[in-house]
Amino acid sequence: MTRTKMTTAAFVLALAAGAAGAKDTGYVFVSSENDNAVTVLDGKTWRVVKTIPTGHRPRDMRLSPDRMLLYVVSSKNNRVDVIDIAHLKVTRSIPVGEDPEMFDLSADGKRLYVSNEEGAQLSVIDVASSKAVARVEVGEEPEGVRVSPDGKRVYVTSEVANMVHVVDTATNNIVANVIVGNRPRRFAITPDGSEVWVSNEMGARVSIIDAGRNAVKGNVDFKPKGFRPDDVTPVGITMTRDGKTAYVTLGRANHVAVVDVASREVQDYLLVGKRAWGVALNRDESQLYVVNGLSDDLSIIDTRSRKVLRSVHVGRVPHSVVIDD
Amino acid sequence: MEISLRHPLGRVMRLLAVLGGLAALLPAAAAGAGTVRIVHLEIDGDPRYEETRLARRALAQPLGRPHAGAEVAIREAQFVGKAVGVDFTLERVTGADAKPLIAAVERLHGQGVRYFLVDAPAAVVAELARAVRSRDLLLFNVSAADDALRQTQCQPNLLHTLPNHAMTADALVQYLVSRKWRSVLMLEGPLPDDHLIAEAFERSAKRFGVKIVEKKPFVLSNDPRQRDQGNVALLTAGSDHDVVFVADSDGEFARSVPYRTVRPRPVAGADGLVAVAWHWAWERNGAPQLNSRMEKQAGRRMADSDWAAWIAVKSVVESVVRTQNADFPAVVKYLKEGDVTIDGFKGNRLGFRPWDNQLRQPILLATHNAVFERAPIDGFLHPTNNMDTLGFDRRDSSCAL
Repeated sequence: MTRTKMTTAAFVLALAAGAAGAKDTGYVFVSSENDNAVTVLDGKTWRVVKTIPTGHRPRDMRLSPDRMLLYVVSSKNNRVDVIDIAHLKVTRSIPVGEDPEMFDLSADGKRLYVSNEEGAQLSVIDVASSKAVARVEVGEEPEGVRVSPDGKRVYVTSEVANMVHVVDTATNNIVANVIVGNRPRRFAITPDGSEVWVSNEMGARVSIIDAGRNAVKGNVDFKPKGFRPDDVTPVGITMTRDGKTAYVTLGRANHVAVVDVASREVQDYLLVGKRAWGVALNRDESQLYVVNGLSDDLSIIDTRSRKVLRSVHVGRVPHSVVIDD
Repeated sequence: MEISLRHPLGRVMRLLAVLGGLAALLPAAAAGAGTVRIVHLEIDGDPRYEETRLARRALAQPLGRPHAGAEVAIREAQFVGKAVGVDFTLERVTGADAKPLIAAVERLHGQGVRYFLVDAPAAVVAELARAVRSRDLLLFNVSAADDALRQTQCQPNLLHTLPNHAMTADALVQYLVSRKWRSVLMLEGPLPDDHLIAEAFERSAKRFGVKIVEKKPFVLSNDPRQRDQGNVALLTAGSDHDVVFVADSDGEFARSVPYRTVRPRPVAGADGLVAVAWHWAWERNGAPQLNSRMEKQAGRRMADSDWAAWIAVKSVVESVVRTQNADFPAVVKYLKEGDVTIDGFKGNRLGFRPWDNQLRQPILLATHNAVFERAPIDGFLHPTNNMDTLGFDRRDSSCAL
């Protein structure tokens, strides 16, 4: 009896604390494709705080600009679920078209740009009304989506056409198609918007697009020791806020590459888990989080020493990671 | 003249072909034009697509004409085609045997067509290939798995996207070795193609150290006088073995073997566990999207030769796009010698083996509704490319290109 009361009291306290501190919760969110859930970890202990049920096959995630909400795409339900971070539950769902995979949010948080893998479209969704503003026809199997820092462009990859489509956000028309490497997947953009980096899953390479000319101006090739090019399959990519360092996950090669952006040189390869895809930095960029889809875990890396601090078990086939610290 | 050729191409081409004498001028002009024509050749009444045979939906058998796979690839190419100013088109030519197909290839070649998919049994592929041996064109064999086409009958302008018998046999045997299932009872059918499959399996068994403890001929028959060859229990009652391998090109007998063996032993080859180029249950490397495009296009699932036709068109598209629609020799050079990366949705980057023009690729080991493994199996290593542990490596090749 006493114990129940105490637990209840603790729970209420925790809830109150959670609600008051909805910002900067310190939580680490991991979507797991085969669990239909987002796992919430404590950012300090990396223990599981909660598992939030979502739609089927949750994949890409984004925080709202005010960091009060977490958007999670649910591929099998053709929607984006909105998680209220204060209460750690889905409060709303936005229909976004057939088989969505990756997406981005405009800087003001008003529009979602979603790639529809089966429909070969980019859907532009008004968040407030949950209505599609535009559907842009793109090459087969669109994947990575990223809004430029100035908000004027949105970049989309087509895995089959081997292209990056450059879409004008004012008109929602394609203004350029850039042929890149094979099976282009995801993006990182330099803070000034001048360089768009795109990972090519086949070909062990990142293509660098000159955003002014919409043309490829260079490549970064990955050759971790002991792997043949076939086994090096770059997918996830992120960049530090100062635009100096890029981190690229190498899929089957089970490593993360650390790249100096200016010289385009690979400085290091860090061993992580199996089929490393999703990658994110924490706010002060002291830690890098990598999700390993085939070993069902999360690798946490200290960016200064470039050491893996811990591997944490998460759900089945983890896809993306977002840190709210 | 060059400008008039760009549009509308088909009509102008036909007109010019009629004019005959002008046809000789066309190849050079066509190279710069905005249309790349791909022609799919097939045999009228090809027994492999006979209705009752398709209805069995046997493992390692076609589920329909591979033309549907080529159509999926052409649709995929439209966007990238537009972006680089090339219109990829697919035409279909059906003939009773090799002769009308040879005539069609010669006529179309005269019109500037350079890329042909050949969906025909091996004898027709060989005859057609011999007849157009000296032409500057590419033939993609999409449905004949015969090893001889890659060996003694090979030729520079004949490419193969379907894995040959040696490749699928190696994939299966690698799997058996990885399970430590090292002794095999082999049942061999009466058809010439059954014998080719059996030979390929024997070669692989020797290569990877699997023992064929017994070899027995089977027949599809209820005749009591042929009981010893038609009855699975009698066929499997001899010496002990780990696996029953069924060399059955048709698949009708093989489907009655699992669960009828005397000993509880797995069946492989034409039923049970099979080595295939493609399987609808493969779900990695973007496979679900490809499967769903195929189902939308053809109203059925994708099988080996569909995949082979699909990847043949993709190979052409990739080379034309990467060379910015260069002239034919440059496209061929890129496709066969360059650093070409063809994405077959099986995880590896694919390219053609320079010694016999066979597309190197992973092979899937599958049952009726699941893919168990992807060969090359872990641990089967090769000095340069592990996919070359499947089929004819350079040193095994008797092809002189």
